[in-house]
Amino acid sequence: MMKIEAIIQPSRFESVKDALREIGIEGMTVTEVRGHGRQKGHTEVYRGREYTVDLLPKIKLEMVLPDELANRVVDTILKTAKTGKIGDGKIFLSRVEEAIRIRNEERGENAL
Amino acid sequence: MKCVGWKCSFNLVLVLGAILLAVVPLSAQQAPASATPEISKALNEKLTQLDKDVKAAQSAGDNAWMLVSAALVLMMTGPGLALFYGGLVRRKNTLAIMMQSFALMALITVLWALVGYSLCFGGSGPVIGSFEHAFLKGVGAEPNPDYAGTIPQATFMVYQLMFAIITPALITGATAERMKFSGTVLFLTLWFLVVYAPLAHMVWGKGGLLNAVGGRFPCLDFAGGTVVHISSGVSALVCALYLGKRTGYPKQPMPPHSLVLSFIGACLLWVGWFGFNAGSALAASSLATSAFVATHFAAAAAALGWCASEWLKNGRASALGAISGAVAGLVAITPASGFVGPMPALAIGLIAGVLCYLMVTKVKAIFGYDDALDAFGVHGAGGTIGALLTGVFAQQMINPIFGVGKDVGGLDGHWGQVGNQLVGILIAWIFALVGTIVLLKITDMITGVRVPEEHEIEGLDITQHGEEAYNLEA
Repeated sequence: MMKIEAIIQPSRFESVKDALREIGIEGMTVTEVRGHGRQKGHTEVYRGREYTVDLLPKIKLEMVLPDELANRVVDTILKTAKTGKIGDGKIFLSRVEEAIRIRNEERGENAL
Repeated sequence: MKCVGWKCSFNLVLVLGAILLAVVPLSAQQAPASATPEISKALNEKLTQLDKDVKAAQSAGDNAWMLVSAALVLMMTGPGLALFYGGLVRRKNTLAIMMQSFALMALITVLWALVGYSLCFGGSGPVIGSFEHAFLKGVGAEPNPDYAGTIPQATFMVYQLMFAIITPALITGATAERMKFSGTVLFLTLWFLVVYAPLAHMVWGKGGLLNAVGGRFPCLDFAGGTVVHISSGVSALVCALYLGKRTGYPKQPMPPHSLVLSFIGACLLWVGWFGFNAGSALAASSLATSAFVATHFAAAAAALGWCASEWLKNGRASALGAISGAVAGLVAITPASGFVGPMPALAIGLIAGVLCYLMVTKVKAIFGYDDALDAFGVHGAGGTIGALLTGVFAQQMINPIFGVGKDVGGLDGHWGQVGNQLVGILIAWIFALVGTIVLLKITDMITGVRVPEEHEIEGLDITQHGEEAYNLEA
């Protein structure tokens, strides 16, 4: 099982979600997050005082998938989340040892 | 000085006179000579009744407008100012700043009933009122012809109370995010008695030193440029200097936590200001209309002035700039509103918008004081320039305050009025400066004024009031 964490532009979120549904992905956890990589922040001015805002709003998607699905999902996110500009975000993949469904204690891929 | 009821009474006399002339000869022809005394007696009774009815009708109209105005001015403090200031602080101090405005709504009201009204509007001394109306003695349905001859004195009393509430509330903008609640309550109670009451009496009270009608230095202040805005704004500066900067200022970012709240607050202030300025005519008169129009125009011009300055400097016009500009314009037009026409109102607004923008963005940065929400930059500076420009733009065509045919301000050719305005400004500044320093020292000795640093970091909502504005676990 693989865990995919994708941090993407908020403006691309709807397209990514739709594209994932088309390839049959139904479960995901979504969080509104703030952060930055190489993208510079912006400046806000309140009554003449300037504030540099480094941490920019992003969307984080998390999902755990059977190994054979992971590559397709990564490809789909790459295709739909890309705008080509700095700040498009990142995808992290990691191995997951176990998954348990709380309702009936199913384990492994059956629990996904 | 706020009362200009003579016009209506004069018209009334004309109308009644005309009726009398038309009716009397006609009746004399019809009736036999012997019946004349009875007829004229009946006519007299009828006229007396008519006179009474006309007065009652005028009083009803004026009273309706003044009660609405009083409610509008209360709305300026809560929710207007509370939301405006509440949005500008960081989220951990939201309730604390709103609570300060609300506490004043309750506190000043009680003080007003006990002695406040009497100290402002009792007696006829040059500096302070008397205890004549303490515990609201003699304040009821009968008008007080010294101030407003057509409305119950109780209406005048409750209308003036709303001004006494908002004035100390304005100061909390400078002490925001670091002053103790106990210290705030004590200081502003003392401040109301020692600074506000004498200034209100000097400018508006019968026999007051600065009263436009009969004062030693006739100072024009229609709705409170000196009494409300200079006094609170200058005191705010003293408070900011005495308290010192907020922990982390100016290095740590302290952006407003919700401009949406501030936006709603500012719009409520704008609407409420019609009660503040147009209500200061103390009648539903054409002068009230004139003040209403001037108020609105100045607010609009000032919003544009502030936005244009920002646009030139930053390449953008901000929402906070637009609402701050409107408030600055409303402050500046306050003393002038009942004396100037719409075109001077536009000029006053525009000047105030640009000046206050420079005050809060440039002057504050140069001197480094932490006037957290710009109570001095907007009310002190806007009030001062407004009071000065009132002397320039006031016209007898709008309000013949010094008598029919007598020049009022610079536009009329009476430039000496600018000098009178300067005296008023100077006295208000000195009074506010000295009074505030002394009262802060006294407060500091009794309750202390500033919260400990760890409380400031944790936020005043939790440390001063034991609650949170935004309870995420609820």
